[in-house]
Amino acid sequence: MHMADALISPAVGIAMWAVSAGIIGYSAKKVQQETNEHKIPLMGVLGAFIFAAQMINFSIPGTGSSGHLGGGMILAILLGPYAAFLVMASVLVIQALFFADGGLLALGCNIFNMGVWSCFIAYPLIFCRIAGENKSRNQIIAGAVLASIIALQLGAFSVVLETLLSGISALPFTAFTLLMQPIHLAIGIIEGVVTAAVVMFIWNARPEILSSAQGRQTQNKPGIKKVLVGLLLSSFIIGGVFSWFASAHPDGLEWAMFHASGREELHSKDTVHRSLAAIQKKTALLPDYGFKQTENDTVADTIDSWPAVDIGTSVAGLAGGVLTLILAMALGWGLRRRRGLA
Amino acid sequence: MNNIGQTYFDIGRMDTLARVDSVLHRLDPRAKLITTLCFILAVVSFDKYAISALTPFFLYPMILIVLGRLPVGYILKKVLIASPFAVLIGIFNPLIDTAILVRLGPVAISGGWISFISILLRFVLTVSAALSLVALTGFNAVCQALIKLGVPRYFALQLLFFYRYVFVLSDEVERMIRARALRSFRSSAMGLSLFTAFAGQLLMRALDRAERIYMAMCCRGFDGHIRMIKAMSIRQVDIFFILFWLTIFIFLRCINVPLWLGGVLIGAW
Repeated sequence: MHMADALISPAVGIAMWAVSAGIIGYSAKKVQQETNEHKIPLMGVLGAFIFAAQMINFSIPGTGSSGHLGGGMILAILLGPYAAFLVMASVLVIQALFFADGGLLALGCNIFNMGVWSCFIAYPLIFCRIAGENKSRNQIIAGAVLASIIALQLGAFSVVLETLLSGISALPFTAFTLLMQPIHLAIGIIEGVVTAAVVMFIWNARPEILSSAQGRQTQNKPGIKKVLVGLLLSSFIIGGVFSWFASAHPDGLEWAMFHASGREELHSKDTVHRSLAAIQKKTALLPDYGFKQTENDTVADTIDSWPAVDIGTSVAGLAGGVLTLILAMALGWGLRRRRGLA
Repeated sequence: MNNIGQTYFDIGRMDTLARVDSVLHRLDPRAKLITTLCFILAVVSFDKYAISALTPFFLYPMILIVLGRLPVGYILKKVLIASPFAVLIGIFNPLIDTAILVRLGPVAISGGWISFISILLRFVLTVSAALSLVALTGFNAVCQALIKLGVPRYFALQLLFFYRYVFVLSDEVERMIRARALRSFRSSAMGLSLFTAFAGQLLMRALDRAERIYMAMCCRGFDGHIRMIKAMSIRQVDIFFILFWLTIFIFLRCINVPLWLGGVLIGAW
């Protein structure tokens, strides 16, 4: 469920970057305040542990397929929410940089989707409430399973919202939600069971690890008020960036650009001018689903006057695109060759 | 088992590539990081039906790959491996968005296909640029650049530790899995209870290791800072690199060069 750069718009990407960067800054400050440098190597090694554990596949009973650990909840249980969030963010950074799992611009989205919900919502509000201070075996299992399910459901829903707000994918809201939520319900249950099993294993083998973790957590458990305030703040940021982009980015700017370039020097070339005009029409009308009426009109219009206008645009675009690619490849080949000779 | 060795080898290979010397390797990591982020922003800011306008952007990753002497096939393979999510979501576009947008003679192409191709182009562009960045810079330098650019120190430091111990723990996992595979008849995925024991063992070892590392570091005078021998410095070349590419990105963002080229081509024809 890593978001990819190809599916998000700059507004969504930047807004989520801002939100995630803010939470990382806040968490880093918290960790720095609460502990000494002791935690830095611990966090780093646990991040490496999650990464390494993700390489181990286990078979999912009854399905024949296999899965691997996500790890957010285990980290939260062992490290507390702030440190766990930082570690989760770094796992995602490594995945983005080395395996291109989710792009650089989408990193903000991914950190939010997979870190915030599990560390700041599911862990304090669900796991801690159920498993609590003097936990029993069943409580830990129930808490881990439920918390993992909730975290993954919220994460999957965020993916849906971010994709939708970006408007690159044509998937409608209901269909996408119906696609994502059940899949992540299954993943969440498995994740929860595995998390509970690993925690129980540690509890049986080395109970002091968990109890010392639990002791630390009682001090740094985030209050529900803070969580709510944080969520409110981040929604303000997202809203702010969106409204800013919404007025600056879409059709108006595009239209102005084409208009300007159409007037300057390309005026003499009749084909180009006409094709630019056709493009103008498209960029101005198609992305807006609000103007269905006019959109239909233009489509009918272009089909009527088809060879004159439309073939100009599409063929010019196609030919130009292919030409550019060939030029680019030739350039690359030439550079490489020169380098080889030198 | 093979698969795991591959993953581990892969991370190492990116670092090996970063150790080569070239014009681009010598640039300040910050310059490369900022330029690549601007590149990605420029690419994703096009509207969903953009295809021809995106093609000139191949210039940037291509120049990085060629001048940085990166293996093209290797980068392309990594791009392919990462593609499933974007392709999976993108493939719905042709099914849903069926309004005819372009007619090439008798062939009618729907908006969905055009936006799907646009998604694929965006994907290849952004991913290849990001991978080239790491392969040209190396992870340690990227982390230092992050600290210099104001990322919280604790975050960047534990990222460095993380990266160091990924290799150690991956090795450990690989040994454990190999040992298990040699002793069992089915070497496919393991059951849940066995997995629990694996992960639990690994976790306990990791925790112990973290403790030892911390003590060893304290013995050597660790105080929460990591000091570098070589300081990073922005030179004129770096400024030039950033400005040069920014100008090109803005130009290509505003003017659809391929469309103009194609127009000239058809006009002459």
